[in-house]
Amino acid sequence: MSHVDLGDLGLDRGGHLLIKQALSTVPVGGVVQVIGRHPALPVHLPAWCRAQGHEVVEVGPGGGRVRRGAAEVGRWAGAERAGGPAPDGLVARAPATWGLAARGALVEAGGPTFDYPLDRREQVWADDAPRLYTQAAAAQWDPATAIPWDAAVDLPAEVEAAVTQVMTYLIENEVAALQVPARFLAKVHPHFREVLQVLAVQVADEARHIEVFTRRALLRGPALGLSTVGGQASLKTLVDEPDFALASFLLSVMGEGTFVSLLKFIADHAPDPVTAAVARLSGQDEARHVAFGLAHLRREVDHDPALRGRLAAAVERRHSALQHTAGLNAEVHDALVLLAAGAWTPEAIGRGHDRVVALVGEMDQGRRHRLKMLGFTEGEAAALSSLHTRNFM
Amino acid sequence: MADTLLMGAVAYDPKVVTIWEGFVRWFAARGLPFDYVLYSNYERQVEALLAGHVHAAWNSPLAWVEADRAARARGRVARAVCMRDTDRDLTSVVLVRADSSFEAVADLRGKRVAVGASDSPQATLIPLGHLRAAGLEPGRDVEVLRHDVLVGKHGDHVGGERDAAKALLEGRADAACVIDGNHLAFSRDGTLPPGSTRVLAQTGRYDHCNMTVLEGVEPALVARFVDLLLSMRYDDPEVRPLLDLEGLKQWLPGRTSGYALLEEAVDGLGLDLTIG
Repeated sequence: MSHVDLGDLGLDRGGHLLIKQALSTVPVGGVVQVIGRHPALPVHLPAWCRAQGHEVVEVGPGGGRVRRGAAEVGRWAGAERAGGPAPDGLVARAPATWGLAARGALVEAGGPTFDYPLDRREQVWADDAPRLYTQAAAAQWDPATAIPWDAAVDLPAEVEAAVTQVMTYLIENEVAALQVPARFLAKVHPHFREVLQVLAVQVADEARHIEVFTRRALLRGPALGLSTVGGQASLKTLVDEPDFALASFLLSVMGEGTFVSLLKFIADHAPDPVTAAVARLSGQDEARHVAFGLAHLRREVDHDPALRGRLAAAVERRHSALQHTAGLNAEVHDALVLLAAGAWTPEAIGRGHDRVVALVGEMDQGRRHRLKMLGFTEGEAAALSSLHTRNFM
Repeated sequence: MADTLLMGAVAYDPKVVTIWEGFVRWFAARGLPFDYVLYSNYERQVEALLAGHVHAAWNSPLAWVEADRAARARGRVARAVCMRDTDRDLTSVVLVRADSSFEAVADLRGKRVAVGASDSPQATLIPLGHLRAAGLEPGRDVEVLRHDVLVGKHGDHVGGERDAAKALLEGRADAACVIDGNHLAFSRDGTLPPGSTRVLAQTGRYDHCNMTVLEGVEPALVARFVDLLLSMRYDDPEVRPLLDLEGLKQWLPGRTSGYALLEEAVDGLGLDLTIG
């Protein structure tokens, strides 16, 4: 007969672990001899066995004999592996009953049903997601140390005000870029773990961007700039988009993609090192967000070519919704000119203006390029790019 | 609704609703119309059983004794048709602090013993009956410190027992009475740090709840109900959470051989069990 010696250990301090282990070595109905010196063993052994569905054949001072019950085996009857831990263990559609279980875990049958509307691989997955997450986690930077906050920033008042205005504009755009993935995070089935991780880091990235833009805006003065109706109306159409594919498309492919150009522009022409650093670091993060959005949409479009029509319609719908608004507000446009000018002279301002015109052209080229990656023709890409919000994001 | 089996249960905890709502669905899916009525205390439930308001009552051991005696007094017959595997062969223990000098129950003469609710079979009645049998009359030879949490619910709520254990640990009592499983549970959850108490005495074995039915209920209906209860399997994921909540792995046929200690205790303690 199998036996287990608890020594002085009682069931009140973990002795049941040894008994469970011993019982697992015999078949249901098999008997294990339990011996031990704990004074309460004769009281606790039957009490524990009763609760666990095991039968005490005999008990006395010093232990007893326990017949293994069927409950523990019964508990795991019908249990199911939630796919496999690596990406090759993904399933096409994750069952609602897998819930929060780790991918690859053995899930007890009969659990609660979770509501994850984004439960199909084609809706959310990108083969690049694991790599993008790893890259994102490794590329996290500390706002306190990555930015040269103590560098000399001594700009003409008008240029400083322009930087503050641009930062104010960036902040509200980044709040939208934080909230859009955050809204979908809890809708993605946890089976697609790497997608959750990518989106979570994306949210954390935006939180950091909001911090550094705010800090730069307030570096030389106590007040932030202006927030306009047109800018907020444009962002609201983005925040309100309920469909994950359309929201990722509008945010990442169209908006953040455009922002990559904008942030590079700010970094290249920044009048001071702090502005350059916040734009450069944020731009690196945004490029990853664009890469994920593109990767999963390319996959989804391959699987469902009709999606392309819905993406185009979303841009057109957004354009119609915004056509009576002002688009990029004049204050932001002028602030960009002045930021790129760096000085309050006619020559500098003319140069700044030319640079902003060139920027808008680059943004358009970038959008067309990404649209073509999603399978749009040259003509479609040009038309859709031209309909993109004048607010950039 | 005449063919619906109506069962009474006592609402000692909100989970009671979850449990029996789950069973309603489970029985319905198997063709048995089943419904339940909740009572706030066992005496009201036993009255309802006797009055025919319900076909069956999920009774505490004391409620079984009450129902059995009331039925006999009226020339009727009560039966225990079903019980949980965890209702069989329980014991209660008399605990003392590990560092105390008590070595036998007799040493508690003149001392204070903490118990659970006044109507708790496991934490009050049976342990006090055990002290009586050992020659200590509660109230005369030992002082009884009651912890009346939810009287009428026959100690189903663990609060009274936990309070008794705390009274012992904090020195407000010299001994405390709890069911064996709760001594283990309280030791594991930290209410009684391991090694802080020892078992001075253990009662004989007794049975706990049962499903009580009086004669006169359509036998086929009762048989269908009992057969379905007995057929519940722990490997059925639909019913397993309900079994876990109700604290069993499987239903067993009822038996009435395990209530002698309780009957002895209530008689010895002079409890009035008159119903109605």
